Amino acid sequence: MKVLRLDKADLERWFVNWAKTREVYGPLRQSSSDSKSISVNKSYTDWAILKDGKFPELGTGLPKSPIKKFFFPQPETLFTCSKRKGDPDAFVFKEPENRDNARKVLVGVRPCDARSVELNNLPFEKDPYFQANRAKTAIVGFTCRDRCQTCFCKEVGGSPVGTEGMDIAVTQLDDFYMAEVITEKGEELVQEGGGASEASGEEISRLKESKAQVESLFSSMSDPAQALEAMKAKDLFALYNAPFWSQLADSCINCGICTFLCPTCYCFDIQDEVVKGTIRRIRYYDSCMFPLFTLQASGHNPRGQKVQRVRNRFMHKFKYFPDRFGPFSCVGCGRCIRECPVNIDIREVLKDLLAVE
Amino acid sequence: MSTTNSTITEDIRAKAKQLLSSGEVAAFLGFTTGTLPMTMRPFVARRPEDAERLVWNSFCVMNLANYLPDLLKSVEPPRGPKDPPPEGPLPKVGVLATGCWSRNIVVQIQENQVQRDRLVILGIGSRGMVDRKKVLAQVDGREVWTSEEGEHSLVIEGPGFKKEIQRWDVVRDNCQTCIHPNPVIYDYQVGQPVSPREVKDRFRQVNEIEAMSSEERWSWFQEEISSCIRCYACRNACPLCYCPTCFVDDSRPQWVGKSIDLADTSIFHILRAYHCAGRCTDCGACESACPMGIHMRLFTKKLEKDVLELYGTEAGMDPDVPLPLTTYKEDDPQNFLITEAVGQTSEAGEGVKP
Repeated sequence: MKVLRLDKADLERWFVNWAKTREVYGPLRQSSSDSKSISVNKSYTDWAILKDGKFPELGTGLPKSPIKKFFFPQPETLFTCSKRKGDPDAFVFKEPENRDNARKVLVGVRPCDARSVELNNLPFEKDPYFQANRAKTAIVGFTCRDRCQTCFCKEVGGSPVGTEGMDIAVTQLDDFYMAEVITEKGEELVQEGGGASEASGEEISRLKESKAQVESLFSSMSDPAQALEAMKAKDLFALYNAPFWSQLADSCINCGICTFLCPTCYCFDIQDEVVKGTIRRIRYYDSCMFPLFTLQASGHNPRGQKVQRVRNRFMHKFKYFPDRFGPFSCVGCGRCIRECPVNIDIREVLKDLLAVE
Repeated sequence: MSTTNSTITEDIRAKAKQLLSSGEVAAFLGFTTGTLPMTMRPFVARRPEDAERLVWNSFCVMNLANYLPDLLKSVEPPRGPKDPPPEGPLPKVGVLATGCWSRNIVVQIQENQVQRDRLVILGIGSRGMVDRKKVLAQVDGREVWTSEEGEHSLVIEGPGFKKEIQRWDVVRDNCQTCIHPNPVIYDYQVGQPVSPREVKDRFRQVNEIEAMSSEERWSWFQEEISSCIRCYACRNACPLCYCPTCFVDDSRPQWVGKSIDLADTSIFHILRAYHCAGRCTDCGACESACPMGIHMRLFTKKLEKDVLELYGTEAGMDPDVPLPLTTYKEDDPQNFLITEAVGQTSEAGEGVKP
C-alpha cells in the first residue's frame, strides 16, 4: 500500500483540486449570521460543502449527523411518473430524470463512520441505489487522536485508527499528515490532488507508533470478538424476555433521534408523493421507535407497545443482525448516547445483554 | 456543602421511600443520574430501595407529566380489552412537579388523560433548568466530561478546559421568562417555594418575531426548521401530545409528507404548535429534546401570547377554568376570525353579505 507524506497545504491543495470535478464535503460549524436573541444558535459541526480548500473542522468530536445520507439519502427518489391526463406515459414509472450524479468526496470521516458504510453494505449488497451512491462517493478518512466520552468503537469490533470503508486514510502526526492510499478510488484522488511525496521508512514507523498509542487509549471493556460470539451463542428468547427492557421503556420517549442519527440504522419505508402532476416514489427513513413502523393493513400492530419497540432497536443491532450478517450493526460512534434526551446508553444495554444467561 | 438541590434530593428520596413502603403509590416517577454529565434520566422507582436513586438538579429538563398517562395504565391490574374495569380504587403513582409540569397535569386532568385522585404530587418550586446547549455553546461545542453544580454556578470540565459558569446565564430561555415557578397543584411541598422572579417582558422573543416583516418572519421560520430531521422528539417529549395516532403518522388520509422536504417539515411544525394552542405551559421540553437545536418553543410561545391576549387565560393555572379553545362562550373574542372589509366594492363583495 502506498503511504504519502503531506503538509497541511498539500491537503488543502488536494481539496481545491478535487472540488474542480467533485463535490467535497467535510464537517463544518453551523453558524448563523443573525445577532437576534432568537437567532439559530448551533454549536455543532455537520456535513457541508468545503469551499475554497477550507479545512474540515475536526476538533469537537463527530459531526452531528452520520454519513449515511450520502449513501442512503433522506429521501431517495426511486421512480417518477406523470399523472397528467392525456399523457401517454401517465402512471408509467420511470427512472427519475434529475438524479444527483455528482461525484462526491467526504473529507474528515472518522473510522467509526467509515466502517458504517461497510456494515450497511451487507443488507444493501444488492440494492442498486445504495451501490450507485457508493460508486460515486469517495471517503477520505481521518483516524482518531482522542476519544470522546461516548466513543466505544473497540467494543463493537472497530478501531479508532481503523481504515475500513476508507479510500484514503489520513493520520495527523504533530505538524504533518500521513495518507494511506487504500483503494483505486483513493489512488485516483491522489492523482487528481497531485504533488505528494512518498513517505520515508522512518515516517511510516512513526505512523505505526502513533496508531498503536491511540489504540491503547481505547481500552475495550471486553474482548470484542468474544462478545460478538457470546451474543450469537445466546438464546434469542432469553434475550427477548430479559427483565431490563421494561426499565428502558420507563425512560424512553420513543422518538427517532437514536435511529435517525445512527450511522447503521438503515430501515426505510416507501411512499408515493404527488407534486404538481408528477408522482415520485420515495424511500425515506423509518424508525422502529415509531408505532407506524410495524402497523399492518389489518390494523394489528405486533409492536404496539413502547417496550417492544425499544427492545427491537437493540435486538436488531446486537442479535438479529449478527446472526444474519456476522458483525454487530453498531460502530460505537456514541451519537445515540450523546443525543438521547433521556440518557439511554447503548453501552449499558450491550452489557446487560451480555449478562443474560 | 448542602445546596437547595441537594436538600430537595434528600426530601424526594425520603418521601418517595415512604410512599412506596406504605404502598400508597405503586410507582414513583422522578429522575436519576445517567452516564453523561448534564443529561438526567427519567426514572420510575417501584421498590422502596429504588428511591435512593432519585436525584434532583438543574438538568431535569424532561417534563414528567409526559409519562403519566402510560405510567398510570401500566400500574393497573392487567385486563383484556373487553374486561370491565376492576372494582375499587386503582393504584396511584407519585410524581414530581414544578410550576409548568403541575400545570400540564392540570391540563391532562381537564382533558381526561389522568385522574387527580390517582396521583400523589410532590411539588417543587423551580429555580429554572439549565440548557445543555447553552453550556456547550460557552465552550465552543467541545465535549464536557464533568459538571458540578453549586448553588449559583456550574463548574464544567472537558479536554483542556475547566470553567466556572454562572448558572443563570445558562438557564433555559423559557425558565428565564417564567413567572409561575411554583406548582399550582400538589400534595406535598418539597423544599421551599420560590419567590416569583421579576420578568421584564416574558414575550420579548415573540415581540422580536412579530416585529419582522412577513417575508423576514417566513425566512426566519424556514431557516429555523431547515435542520429538522423529523425524529419527533419535540412531539414525544410533550405532555400535550398523547393522540393514539398523530396526524403525521396517519396514512389514510396522508396529511403530510414523510421526508424532510421543507414544505412537509413546515406543516409538521406549524400544526404541532397549533395543536398546543391554549394548552402549552412553555415547559421547554420540546426544545431541550431537540438534537438539532431548533427553537420550536417560540412557535408555541406566540400562541401562548395570543391566547393570553384574546382570552385572558393561561393553560393549567386553575383546574376549574376550562381551556379556552375547547369551550364556547357567547362573548368569545372573534376579531381574529372576522375582519371588517375595507373599501369593498359591490362586485368584489358579491356573495359576501354582512
